[in-house]
Amino acid sequence: MSQQYPALLVVVPLLAALVICGAGWVNKRLCFPIAVAGLGVAAYSCIGLLLRVLDEGVIVYKLGGWDPPMGIAYYVDHLNGLVLVVVSVVALLNLIASKKSVAQEFPDKIGPFYALYVLMVTGLLGIVVTGDAFNLYVLLEIASLTGYGLLAMGEDRAPLAALNYLYMGTIGACFYLLGVGYLYIITGSLNMVDIARILPSLYQSKAVLGAFMICMVGVWLKMAFFPLHAWLPNAYTYASSAASSLIAPLVTKVMIYVMIRLILTVFTPEFAFNILAVSEPIVWLAVIAIVMGAILALGERNLKKMLTYIIIAEVGYMVGGAWLGNRVGMTGAILHIVNDALMTLCLFLVVGNIVHKVKGYAFEDLKGLFRKMPFTMCAFVVGALSIIGVPPTCGFFSKWYLISGAIQAGHYAFMVALLFSSLVNVVLFFRIIEIAFFEPFTDHHAHGHDHQPEPIDEAPLTMLVPLWIVAAALVIVGIYTGDIVNNIIQFAIPEGII
Amino acid sequence: METITSIKPLLAVLASLLVVPILVTSTRLPNVREAWTFVAAAAKFLIVLSMLPTVLKGTEIVYTVAEFLPGAAIKFRVDALGMLFALVSSSLWIVTSAYSIGYMRGLKEHSQTRYFCYFAICLSATIGVAFSANLLTLYLFYEMLSLATYPLVCHHQDPEARKSGRKYLLYVVGTSIAFVLPAMLISYNLAGTLEFAKQGFLAGTGSKNLMMLLLVLLVFGFAKVAIMPFHAWLPAAMVAPTPVSALLHAVAVVKVGAFSILRVITGVFGTDLLLNLHLGTLVCYIAAFTVIVASLIALTQDELKRRLAFSTIGQLSYIVLGIALLSPKGMIGGMTHIAMHAFGKITLFFCAGAIAVATGKKYVSQMVGIGKRMPVTMIAFFIGSLSVIGLPPTGGFFSKWYLVLGTLQADQMPMLIVLLGSSLLNAAYFLPIVYKAFFCTPEESMFENRIEEAPPWCVVPLVVTAVCSIVLFFYPTVFLNLATLAIGK
Amino acid sequence: MPELISTIVAKYNYWIYITLMMIGLYAMIAKNNLVKKIVGMSIFQTAIILFYVSIGAKRGATIPILEHGHGSSHITHAVDYINPLPHVLMLTAIVVAVATLGVALALAVKVYNQYNTLEEDEILTQMREK
Repeated sequence: MSQQYPALLVVVPLLAALVICGAGWVNKRLCFPIAVAGLGVAAYSCIGLLLRVLDEGVIVYKLGGWDPPMGIAYYVDHLNGLVLVVVSVVALLNLIASKKSVAQEFPDKIGPFYALYVLMVTGLLGIVVTGDAFNLYVLLEIASLTGYGLLAMGEDRAPLAALNYLYMGTIGACFYLLGVGYLYIITGSLNMVDIARILPSLYQSKAVLGAFMICMVGVWLKMAFFPLHAWLPNAYTYASSAASSLIAPLVTKVMIYVMIRLILTVFTPEFAFNILAVSEPIVWLAVIAIVMGAILALGERNLKKMLTYIIIAEVGYMVGGAWLGNRVGMTGAILHIVNDALMTLCLFLVVGNIVHKVKGYAFEDLKGLFRKMPFTMCAFVVGALSIIGVPPTCGFFSKWYLISGAIQAGHYAFMVALLFSSLVNVVLFFRIIEIAFFEPFTDHHAHGHDHQPEPIDEAPLTMLVPLWIVAAALVIVGIYTGDIVNNIIQFAIPEGII
Repeated sequence: METITSIKPLLAVLASLLVVPILVTSTRLPNVREAWTFVAAAAKFLIVLSMLPTVLKGTEIVYTVAEFLPGAAIKFRVDALGMLFALVSSSLWIVTSAYSIGYMRGLKEHSQTRYFCYFAICLSATIGVAFSANLLTLYLFYEMLSLATYPLVCHHQDPEARKSGRKYLLYVVGTSIAFVLPAMLISYNLAGTLEFAKQGFLAGTGSKNLMMLLLVLLVFGFAKVAIMPFHAWLPAAMVAPTPVSALLHAVAVVKVGAFSILRVITGVFGTDLLLNLHLGTLVCYIAAFTVIVASLIALTQDELKRRLAFSTIGQLSYIVLGIALLSPKGMIGGMTHIAMHAFGKITLFFCAGAIAVATGKKYVSQMVGIGKRMPVTMIAFFIGSLSVIGLPPTGGFFSKWYLVLGTLQADQMPMLIVLLGSSLLNAAYFLPIVYKAFFCTPEESMFENRIEEAPPWCVVPLVVTAVCSIVLFFYPTVFLNLATLAIGK
Repeated sequence: MPELISTIVAKYNYWIYITLMMIGLYAMIAKNNLVKKIVGMSIFQTAIILFYVSIGAKRGATIPILEHGHGSSHITHAVDYINPLPHVLMLTAIVVAVATLGVALALAVKVYNQYNTLEEDEILTQMREK
């Protein structure tokens, strides 16, 4: 059984998505349990897989028994083992948390929604687990196409935002495909490990450089790296809360994973950092991304949209960290994939709860929420502290590695950008905390002393419990950062990077 | 140095944190809630006290919670200096809890549960800072304290409180992220550890200019110590209820700032390194400037709490100055001043609060003749003033005496002049209040000649702290011993 | 100059795909009508499909079907056949492209139902008026 984990984690959700499609016609109430079961099996396999990897090292799984490089192989090492666990657990938690809001927001589309949801997770898990460059493209498109569908099921403006995302997403995926095409021309292989084996003698070729840059641009488009970010804020803001809290934490993070995989495995760090002299400009781009993300977030008067700009800044963190070209920076980037997925999930679940109760997420809708929804807002504070980077939440520790990396690389602008964005985050979040804390829910009695306390009106427990699990995870992951780094991430980075 | 491993430091930190859920659930039963606050305060104090004999023997107690990088763990270490600070803040919490009850109920404040909860969290963070074994743990609890104080500063939830809350966060959190965090990371990359060491962990790791940069970043970064120009949050934070100003903005929060700088100078850089590089003098002058300017500003303040706030700013810089003299006597002076000033200043704040509860008066100019109305309070005020000025028979005398000796030992005449001059200024802004309170003509008096004190919950604590100030004059040995142990000479 | 022309001519397949790609990109960026943008997107994807198809070609090679089937002792020379793999890959890519087109058109229909227009500027004005 445990030998089949790599296949199970893709096949089971895929079949589950099909079954949900059918079950939706029969009885809508069947959809949710099937989705939970499907993703539960996937999450179980992912965790089992990570434990096996910790035990045995890299696992190669040949689909259909065909040997690579002819057949498609799934490679699971410490890097994607970790990301797999994050993706599957985040998707499962969000699935449970958003049951009520799905039922509230589109009661007539439950079947299609869960089918798309599970299919999207299949795509994301597939991207992470696959060891074949073209297979990655196909799974990328599975995840993207379902993502467009999910994002379009939202407010009035959602379809147009999703359509704009579709244009950009398609360009991104096509660029990636084009890059893979060039790689294929040069090496005659699509297997990542095989390509890495053949490439070293061809490092001076301009086609390799071209392939690399085209792939990077494609991936950056997909992850909304700053100048290529324009599609993200609207697409995420106008989507339904269940969809945005799935997509916001995972899609950008999975694309960061793809970037790191390209750097570490396909092109090797030696090529990316030493032969190409592009680290410096890319880190500068990351600096700009962080600063601009922070500034754009400052301009928003709407919680969800503000969070989307924070995601853009966070993407800058990870791209910059990965391209610093040293071990500490790369550790920070990988750690931040985990942490940022959890932080973003936490904050988007909070938004989901608020939307569920208040039907809005503009700043004016947040007044008096500390009285009305104290448990949700407590989780919000934990998430906010993590994004700001206050110890012992996990956000602090990834920032620690990223800044250490910047110091070791001598890239002080990146350090200053990280500090700047932390300071801006303080302003951003305490502005919201102020509104939720000071301003009375109803404006009849403006004075703070004599207004009647608003009765507590919390989101249902099925939404609160997952939220609290995530909030607690932020602190627990923070405290166990040392173990995560020493036991997992350390082995995910090749020896070559110092 | 002998060390033993024990979970006690962690328990001391958790004592007040674990009581928070109980406080929340007993919102509807104020008496039960307050009883639990006392239980936590007593438990905390006893845990701290139980470690005192061990520490006085020269043994250190360590406990590691989680190690996240070599040399950067969440780790507690109870040494003499931490003990001194923990002792002061945990004992004063008991007194302040009693006072809080009198004050909050006397003024019928809203959201009292929230108030007591965050107060408890603040105390956890304070003890955490006192017992932290490395810069990372210290930073962790420092931030926790900043954030936990925010709801207390904003307690009134009116526009003024909101503005002050913003200012408070901007100064305190802003500086710690912008200055301390990078300085900490640069230090870590230089030395490979953040563990406080007897002679500093940065010795011999970088050039003089780099050390100077780090020192300046760290001294200004811990803005809770309110060194100018990062002092403006403290007067603004006076909008908080008086017990908050008393315990947090005269003892816990601001002393955490001073304590952090103490740790930076002794544990991060080490006195030898600073002496060799002549960087102590730099800090001395920064502190001296704050001492004088803050005292001058205090003279002009009419609102009593603001005057006390500026006085605090000046007194905090005494501590920094004493340490930065880098002479043994000066350091003992600075360390004991943490304790002595705490007892004196908290008395003064308690008095200001008691006056507000009993009469509603907040301005010095409205307090003419108040001594006849509230004699006990004003006598306590007088004792508190003496302690802050540094005159016998109060504990403040000792710390100032050592500070003066320290300037002589370090051969820093300008600093001696600063200390003596500012003592005169202290006297100039406190004694007239007392004088006007008691010795005024009946026409001048603004109060009826009838004794009417604040409620006993308010008066008893301030009498206790005033008496403590006097007792410390006769029995300063505990604190002096701890300070002597701490400098290890 | 003649050298330049010969380089261009020798690699004409690349030039064609790049031209097509740019046409597609131009349509996606500059066109105001949502469907025209979708058409641009399709051109863009097709350009890449053509690129893949063209790289499988070899001079003097034939389609990759073994004429003599099973059991024959003929030695097959890979040189004689064009590379089938890129073509196979493109079967998948075509499926993806069709699916993308489907999703895009569905979204466009939704947008049209909402705003009764497919012109982006008109939609934006309607949004602003709301």
